[in-house]
Amino acid sequence: MYDMKALYEAKSVQDAVALRLAYPQAQIIAGGSDVLVQMREGKRAGVELISIFGLDELRGVTLEEDGTLRIGSLTSFSHITKDPLIQKYINVLGQAVDQVGGPQIRNIGTIGGNTCNGVTSADSASTLHAYEAIVELTGPDGVRREPIEEFYIKAGTVDIRPGEIQTAILIPRESYENTYGHYIKYAMRSAMDIATLGTSVNLRLSADKRYVERARIAFGVAGPVPLRARTAEAAANGQLLTEELAERFAQAVREDIQPRDSWRAAKDFRMHIAVESAKRAFLEAAKLAGGVL
Amino acid sequence: MEKQFKLIRCNINGKDVEQMVDVRASLTDLLCNDFRLTSVKKGCEVGECGACTVLIDGEAFNSCIYLAVWADGKHIRTLESLLGPNGELSDIQQAFMEEAAVQCGFCTPGFILTAVEILESGKEYTDEELRKLLSGHLCRCTGYENILRAVKKTMYRRLGRPVPEA
Ligand SMILES: Cc1cc2nc3c(=O)[nH]c(=O)nc-3n(C[C@H](O)[C@H](O)[C@H](O)COP(=O)(O)OP(=O)(O)OC[C@H]3O[C@@H](n4cnc5c(N)ncnc54)[C@H](O)[C@@H]3O)c2cc1C
Ligand code: FES
Ligand code: FES
Repeated sequence: MYDMKALYEAKSVQDAVALRLAYPQAQIIAGGSDVLVQMREGKRAGVELISIFGLDELRGVTLEEDGTLRIGSLTSFSHITKDPLIQKYINVLGQAVDQVGGPQIRNIGTIGGNTCNGVTSADSASTLHAYEAIVELTGPDGVRREPIEEFYIKAGTVDIRPGEIQTAILIPRESYENTYGHYIKYAMRSAMDIATLGTSVNLRLSADKRYVERARIAFGVAGPVPLRARTAEAAANGQLLTEELAERFAQAVREDIQPRDSWRAAKDFRMHIAVESAKRAFLEAAKLAGGVL
Repeated sequence: MEKQFKLIRCNINGKDVEQMVDVRASLTDLLCNDFRLTSVKKGCEVGECGACTVLIDGEAFNSCIYLAVWADGKHIRTLESLLGPNGELSDIQQAFMEEAAVQCGFCTPGFILTAVEILESGKEYTDEELRKLLSGHLCRCTGYENILRAVKKTMYRRLGRPVPEA
């Protein structure tokens, strides 16, 4: 038995909004792989929960008319990885969330929960930052859309306002078109472990595949929230694609991030793996994009 | 504190059932206590070990971090569903015995249900892929190699092919 005071099950998105307004102190629960574990650990004793788990309308991946890729907030990691639209347009996201926990966690964990928990190590977060994902929130005044960088306020805190729930993650066509990405999760174990560092790089090459048209890179666990490394991006944009460029790009990351010491890894070590991962992910993305090196 | 209950309807191991459940219960509580399906083990109860794994609509879930009320409308399978009408073992259970993939047996029901999800996909996986697909389970006894062998053997049997030489 969980130490829970009450459970309110939302029947629709509108109902969820109404429940949020009626019980502002209650905690939202989606797949529960963060919330229920915290309850087992004795945090949140006597909590009230608003369950949105039953809202099937928030599951699945679709392509909107303008080419925006829409990922419902309740879509599980395993369904994201298996989805044909994801595989076609943003395979790196499927690859990244396929490294969360183990198979059973990937069947229950949702992309909404992975972003709303505000955790820097979340395996989807760096890729979503690197694709300039838009977060869709639905509240009493309707739908609101916000760039993911603004959605993250500080460690553990995201911009969810009274009455709101997150309803989708949107990937603009401009972000994924002709773009290839690679994610590297650095962790102590190859399964069931949280990232010591997460690195997601994506590249768009020129038509002749010799130049980098646009490079994007974001990290998890390089700061209190996931973050873009814009100095590195600027160092690569418009440049001739070479091994040497990969090295320059990777070294420029030093200007952008401030990793910290923790029991998982020392600051210097995190910086070292950040530079090395940036280089490897860049080269792999270049390869996927058909780049000639 | 006032207790809160909900009536749920679901299908457990092929049988339609109705049950009043305490909203605070996990699916492990429901299956183990109300339905006496004792193959569903309580290990860590925080999603780390896989001992409580069950199949819900064909996918493997840790029942310890799944609310019992969420089972409403779902098809749930536990290890008990694999037995034949006269108590015969299924191919995957048989393979676990043959390969000595069972020692104390605490992790076994969970492993087998994840194996069922893998086998029902009808796909062929490499050893590397199988290791990854089985990585949500802890076993303190066997060292995993025999478990991997049992799953692999059954995969090839169902594909109608011999296990390739290593
Ligand atoms: C054993 C184990 C291993 C794990 N390994 C990893 C790992 O390797 N990498 C990783 O990134 N994570 C990992 N996790 C953490 C977890 O699985 C993920 O963060 C998952 O995405 C959470 O999703 P959920 O739906 O289960 O979230 P929940 O627990 O339901 O919710 C998480 C938080 O988000 C809020 N929330 C959820 N959905 C919404 C919404 N739609 N609108 C508003 N608020 C919402 C909740 O209120 C809560 O604060 C692991 C967890 C476990 C138990
Ligand atoms: S008891 Fe559920 S995962 Fe350990
Ligand atoms: S056989 Fe004992 S834990 Fe696996």
